[in-house]
Amino acid sequence: MTTLLSPNRSQLAGMSGRATIIAGLIVAVAACMPLLLSNYQVGLATEVLIFGILAMSLDILAGFAGRTSLGHGAIFGVSTYVVVYCAAQTGLPPAAAFTFGVLAATTVASVFALLAVRTSGVYFLLLTLALGMIVWGICLRWTEVTGGENGMRGDVRPAMLLSHSAFYWAVLGCSAIVSFAMWRFVRSPFGLTLRGIRDSESRMRSLGYNVPLHLFIGFTVSGFFAGVAGALYAMFNSFVSPSTVALAQSVEGVLMMIAGGVGTLFGAFVGAAAIIALENVVSAYTERWQMVLGITFVLIMIFAPEGIIGKLRTILSRQLR
Amino acid sequence: MSLFQLLNGLTFAALLFVVASGFTLIFGLLRIVNLAHGALYLFGGHIGYSAAIWTGSFVLGGVGAMASIAAVGFVLDQGLLRFVRGNELRQVLLSLGAAFFLNDLALVIWGGDSFTVPIPQMLRGGMKVFGTFYPTYRLFVLATGIAVFAALWLLLNYTRLGALIRAGVDDAEMVEASGVNIQRIFLITFLIGSALAGLGGLIGGAFLSLYPSADAEILVFSLAVVIIGGRGSLIGVGAGSLLVGLLNTLGQVMFPELAYFVIFGPMAVLLAFRPLGLFGRAT
Repeated sequence: MTTLLSPNRSQLAGMSGRATIIAGLIVAVAACMPLLLSNYQVGLATEVLIFGILAMSLDILAGFAGRTSLGHGAIFGVSTYVVVYCAAQTGLPPAAAFTFGVLAATTVASVFALLAVRTSGVYFLLLTLALGMIVWGICLRWTEVTGGENGMRGDVRPAMLLSHSAFYWAVLGCSAIVSFAMWRFVRSPFGLTLRGIRDSESRMRSLGYNVPLHLFIGFTVSGFFAGVAGALYAMFNSFVSPSTVALAQSVEGVLMMIAGGVGTLFGAFVGAAAIIALENVVSAYTERWQMVLGITFVLIMIFAPEGIIGKLRTILSRQLR
Repeated sequence: MSLFQLLNGLTFAALLFVVASGFTLIFGLLRIVNLAHGALYLFGGHIGYSAAIWTGSFVLGGVGAMASIAAVGFVLDQGLLRFVRGNELRQVLLSLGAAFFLNDLALVIWGGDSFTVPIPQMLRGGMKVFGTFYPTYRLFVLATGIAVFAALWLLLNYTRLGALIRAGVDDAEMVEASGVNIQRIFLITFLIGSALAGLGGLIGGAFLSLYPSADAEILVFSLAVVIIGGRGSLIGVGAGSLLVGLLNTLGQVMFPELAYFVIFGPMAVLLAFRPLGLFGRAT
């Protein structure tokens, strides 16, 4: 194994110079956005960042471990629920509520992971879907704690982040850190092992890797990041209801991930921007967002399963030839 | 658990069987996890409701629901799923998109109110079962479940079509190689499976009522049945339905707010020991 890994060591340790500059530029441009946009648009941009993190966390599993989860909306939503609950019912400071939310999401993710690592392919999808729906069912029925269908309201944002732009910058900072962490994670030897598992589980097993353990850790880490997104969403929305943990949430996350391109990691932000923009444009004309979401899903699956970026790349290369 | 609750569990299991048998039939033979199955159930229930109100006949409602949902299934299979054959992940996600579409369409057509399919005069009221007074309609549901089981059993074991379906579940390529038009068998199976979802919608709509999130609930129960019972096995669906139906009733009696959780336990234990389900076979 060392022969395979060692030549890349120097690159693995950090970003190359050019990549650092590009990343810095993107963050700088993103940071200027509030100066140009209206409050409403800043809100949308914040939402894009939050859902971008969710979609990236899904991409860790789908793009690098070859397992698409339909339960991440539930993990995301558990974090949102816990943060709002802590803020509304127990009066904990925002930082503590945030921590508890992420911890709760990570715990739920590890329980999901324990069960799900035994399966692969379509069974993995089914199982994560069923687990996510159980969480949804509990949030819907356990009225005393979750407020049932009415949901819960709670102001979680610390005083200094109350304005739209301040909160946007905070979320931007968070996303930059989280993106870097995920990027490092998938490029680490551990991430390479996950890719090996994606390509051939049996080969990795015969090489002596503990496949279930790697998947378990991968899933839990992915759940942790989904939890971060969920906690940010709690601060963004100050409200949570069963629709936050519903299947539609997982599906939107998966759709953003696929639209951005599976395995591209940062494509997640492009996908999130595309879907959220679509949602807003559509909502201006009709209330039938669910229907449009369904149609978009069907069309992407038939015509562009490699995602928007992947599709553009294919079209461009065909044009250039 | 009293006899009353036991009967509740059994009748719910019968409904689950009707819905999940269609789901597993499609899953077993076509390898398609049709996540639109819940939406087909809800759609079928609504159509059955409208047909039953319009014609004043429960039976015609059932016929209408089965026929129209089979038609929707035809469009779904031939119009959409055909383009992603052989790619499991894309099929699943596509059917999910279709589910969102159908759900929202149901909301547009019938609105967000909850509906209860009218029960025919003959099945109203109750009757005495071993000294307990029990609603006649729910016993009818139980009988329907048993009848569907018997019909599917006969179909699968004593007809040419059934033999081809069983062979297809084991090795679809081999069946095709021996000169059978497997695509037609696939389509027929898909239509039967869809029609069963429609039938389930009608009979379920009469005692669970139809409301916008009913599809998700029935879908998660169907998934649990298939995960527990195993892919493509009729006995597996039967056993899975019984287990899930009884556990759900038990859960509702003992922990009303966490009833969902009670199906989760056995599913987890089962997955730890038999990832393919009780009657599932590796292929």
